[in-house]
Amino acid sequence: MTAQTGVSHLSLFLIAALPFLGAVFPALLIRAGRNAAASAAGLTTFLALMGLLIHIPSVMRGDVVTARFDWIPGLGLNANFMLDGLGFLFALLILGIGLLIILYARFYLSREDPMGQFYTYLLLFQGAMVGIVLSDNVLLLLIFWELTSLSSFLLIGYWRHLPEGRQGARMALAVTGSGGLAMIAGMLILGNIVGSYDLSVILQNKDLIQTSPYYLPALILILLGCFTKSAQFPFHFWLPHAMAAPTPVSAYLHSATMVKAGLFLMARMWPVLAGTDAWFYIVATTGLITMLIGAAIALFKDDLKALLAFSTVSHLGLVTMLLGFGTKIAVVAAIFHIINHATFKAALFMTAGIIDHEAGTRDIKRLGGLRHLMPITFTIGTVAALSMAGLPPLNGFLSKEMMLEETVHTTWLHSHYLVPGLALLAALFSAAYSFRFVAHVFLGPEREDYPTHPHDPPVGLWLAPAFLVVLVVLIGLYSAAIVGPLVAVVSSAVVGGEKLPYYSLKLWHGFTPALYMSVVATLGGLFLLSLHKRGEQIWNALPRPEAKVIFDAIIGALTRLSCWITDELHNGVISRYAIILITFTVGLGYYAYSTGTIGVETRIPLPAQPIPIIGWICLVGATLAIMWFHRNRLLSLVLIGVVGLIVSMAFNYLSAPDLALTQISVEVVTMILLLLSLNFLPTETPWDSSASRRWRDAAISVVAGIGSGALIYALMMRDFAFPTISDFHLANSYKGGGGTNVVNVILVDFRGFDTFGEIIVLGIAALIIFALTEAVLSTNVRGYLLNRKPHWPQSGDSHPLMMVVATRVMMPIALMVGAYIFFRGHNQPGGGFIAGLIVAIAYLMQYMASGYTWAIERQRFYYHGTIGWGVLIAAATGLGAWFNERPFLTSDFGYIHWPPLEEFEWATAILFDTGVFLAVLGAVMLALDSLSRFAWQPGMAQEFPMDINPLRDDPPEEEQEKEQA
Amino acid sequence: MEALVASAVGVMTAAGIFLILRRRTFPVILGLSLLTYAVNVFLFATGRLALDAPAVLNKYEDVPYTDPLPQALVLTAIVISFGMTAVIVMISLSAYLSSKDDHIDMSASDSTDAPGEDA
Repeated sequence: MTAQTGVSHLSLFLIAALPFLGAVFPALLIRAGRNAAASAAGLTTFLALMGLLIHIPSVMRGDVVTARFDWIPGLGLNANFMLDGLGFLFALLILGIGLLIILYARFYLSREDPMGQFYTYLLLFQGAMVGIVLSDNVLLLLIFWELTSLSSFLLIGYWRHLPEGRQGARMALAVTGSGGLAMIAGMLILGNIVGSYDLSVILQNKDLIQTSPYYLPALILILLGCFTKSAQFPFHFWLPHAMAAPTPVSAYLHSATMVKAGLFLMARMWPVLAGTDAWFYIVATTGLITMLIGAAIALFKDDLKALLAFSTVSHLGLVTMLLGFGTKIAVVAAIFHIINHATFKAALFMTAGIIDHEAGTRDIKRLGGLRHLMPITFTIGTVAALSMAGLPPLNGFLSKEMMLEETVHTTWLHSHYLVPGLALLAALFSAAYSFRFVAHVFLGPEREDYPTHPHDPPVGLWLAPAFLVVLVVLIGLYSAAIVGPLVAVVSSAVVGGEKLPYYSLKLWHGFTPALYMSVVATLGGLFLLSLHKRGEQIWNALPRPEAKVIFDAIIGALTRLSCWITDELHNGVISRYAIILITFTVGLGYYAYSTGTIGVETRIPLPAQPIPIIGWICLVGATLAIMWFHRNRLLSLVLIGVVGLIVSMAFNYLSAPDLALTQISVEVVTMILLLLSLNFLPTETPWDSSASRRWRDAAISVVAGIGSGALIYALMMRDFAFPTISDFHLANSYKGGGGTNVVNVILVDFRGFDTFGEIIVLGIAALIIFALTEAVLSTNVRGYLLNRKPHWPQSGDSHPLMMVVATRVMMPIALMVGAYIFFRGHNQPGGGFIAGLIVAIAYLMQYMASGYTWAIERQRFYYHGTIGWGVLIAAATGLGAWFNERPFLTSDFGYIHWPPLEEFEWATAILFDTGVFLAVLGAVMLALDSLSRFAWQPGMAQEFPMDINPLRDDPPEEEQEKEQA
Repeated sequence: MEALVASAVGVMTAAGIFLILRRRTFPVILGLSLLTYAVNVFLFATGRLALDAPAVLNKYEDVPYTDPLPQALVLTAIVISFGMTAVIVMISLSAYLSSKDDHIDMSASDSTDAPGEDA
């Protein structure tokens, strides 16, 4: 293998990426008209096709073009692409037929259909398919594989108003999606055996894989993926139901491309998976059964598309069987048939679509005699159908001959006749339904009762199938010249670059067994068609399982099971979840304790001073009191304030001034919040647990408390087992971050990305609160709030003068403190978080003293904006590092000397801290502001916080009287 | 000193869990607040305790510093837990005002969402 360099690297990425990039345009351009959307889709596909075709010379030489890009090397997931013969053939089919389908769909879809969406889905699908066939990494391949399942779901369900479309789409997704999951498992096993997820590496390791004990599970799992995708028995049932899709989709996905993805993968993995008994018996047998069953069902389907769908199932079975034989010559036949099937089957689907479009029905029972009414369609359809039947000199004949020839050389469990016999039977059915397609649609007398008057369609509709039919004839006549080299290159790629045995693609091989079999099949098919009426009666009388009913029953049972499990586990009793969580955690802790070993104490405990002991007594006393008196909600709120205060003081005592400042300001805000909410909640908690339940809960909590206390005690009495990263922060805080307050430097610099995430979370929390308030206040809750009686008697003076004056005087001072805390934050305890909280408290004082309405009237900025600006400023500071070619959020600092000031330091981190400050301020204010709106009552707006209204315009009454006098 | 901190963590954890296991919203909120204190002190204490050694660099002399990393993590945890408390307060308040019921457990009649049927 030789790898090319230079331009070709890029072009492989481009080929795979173009459809995805192009998928944007149709959806956008649809406003410019349907032609614009179709042209955008067509142009993208054309470009990708051109990108593919420039590789013809190297591919035909047998080279492998590769392009590497390490995406997530740690997982072995590389965005590696390779283009060899096999990939080239499939990419050619996908892009070439894609182009024809885009043309066809432009004229097929009606004015009401959202065409932009259609092309977007189609291009997404196309990109995913191209990705599969060009991937050189199995993980990447799996991603594209799942993408095809998803995009085909969208395409099948495109006519979402039709229940059949939705059901068909769901069924296809369920079947191919679960197959895809099985395949993921299989591929992972394969990757583990080889030690690499790169396909080119995997394909080199045949012996390693086939001798591995995991070969069989991997094989079965991968084949499950292939069989579901390629609609092999017993998963064939989804394909006919997917025919609810618009015909261009059926022609594209369900004849030419998606269903062939399974075949592609079997061909791709052929060098390492094929050649064993397991492969032969699983793959060849499944293919044979599928071929036979599909052909038999197809004969008795009246819906044109259903007939074609089952015929597709049958032909996919044929190729699967050939791949399953495991011989090189069978691979050649399989590849040749893939090409031929793509040409005639896509043409047939488009013909069916034309008939549906122009005659108003695709029910064979209502058609017939169309040959004079639709001569062009007749010609196209007939040639394609005869090729499907396997008549010379068309291309279908050639590959069918080769297939029959191969079956003659195959023994199945010592039987020489089983495989050829069943294959002949399938070929006979195949000939019969192909003839039926011609005879019952086009031949026969003209009818009077077509739903609409049938006529040939505009050239846009028949051009694409006509092109394909020309190929059908040409390949049939000049196969060796037209596709011979391609077949050779592809087949040699499939068999892993080994030499191919002798074969020749030609019409006349002499009087071979295959020729006799072909003759029998053709004559038998004609005979079977003549008996079709009788046969149909017998067929309809036969009991046969209806796949959809079985599928629905299975899905229904699964749904009930999962509902049952969900309901049992998730029954809405939150205290039960909590108990499960806590006891499980305690159990885990006990397990770790009883199985692990604990080292010796290495630290000497600090002496306990009297004041900390007093604090401890207060804290423990308050905590126990909360437990005891928690039914009195106001009292427990006061007590929890005590706990918070002691915790803040403890932080301060234990060398954490930043924490102490934060904790105490959060404490204030939280208390206000809880008091506000208590205003609307019941003031007492009633008894609603039994005494035994309370004892049980107390026991659980005491055990958990002892556990956590003992754990932290054990931790505190020992040194770190390994060196920590804290010393790095201490050493680099000033040198690298330019600040002496290490905690603040960690927040805004070393771990700035964490902080950035956290202010976003805080902002989101505040927005949730705002949104909840909006939602609740727009219901009848507002009426309840307006009419409710307060819990306690209201104060006569809701805005005491002393408090109003005091808070207004304090406002500038509080803001000054906030600014001070903010600016010194980098070097001394303080910073954006704390300053934000302090300024928020300064504002809250005004709300409390002067009233909500008064405060809101003076509010210049919405708090939403404050949060948004905070996050944006923080992000912009981080992005600034990029312009200096540093990673995101790298900070910089320096010193400025402005006489007569002292030299002072600046750091970009202060900008980041500004963002933090604004986000915290906005979030706290938005949360409390939202809660305050619950308390709003009409009439408050007139209520001014002062006895004398400083805002009033009208002069006092006495003066008014004077003026009037 | 360590014993005081550890026992305080234990007591606050126990009280917090006991309140979380109540069946009304308000005690559960109080319980979560207590548990938050306990967890924050716990995390803080993983940096080991130190007196008069704040992590503020001294340019002039070589002094011991406490571990700054747990402090930075706990600082954001305190602020975030305020956000969390505010959200659950608002949720419980809205639920109470909408249904005049402050039980946290759903009754059996609330959980009858049948699987969606698509024709």
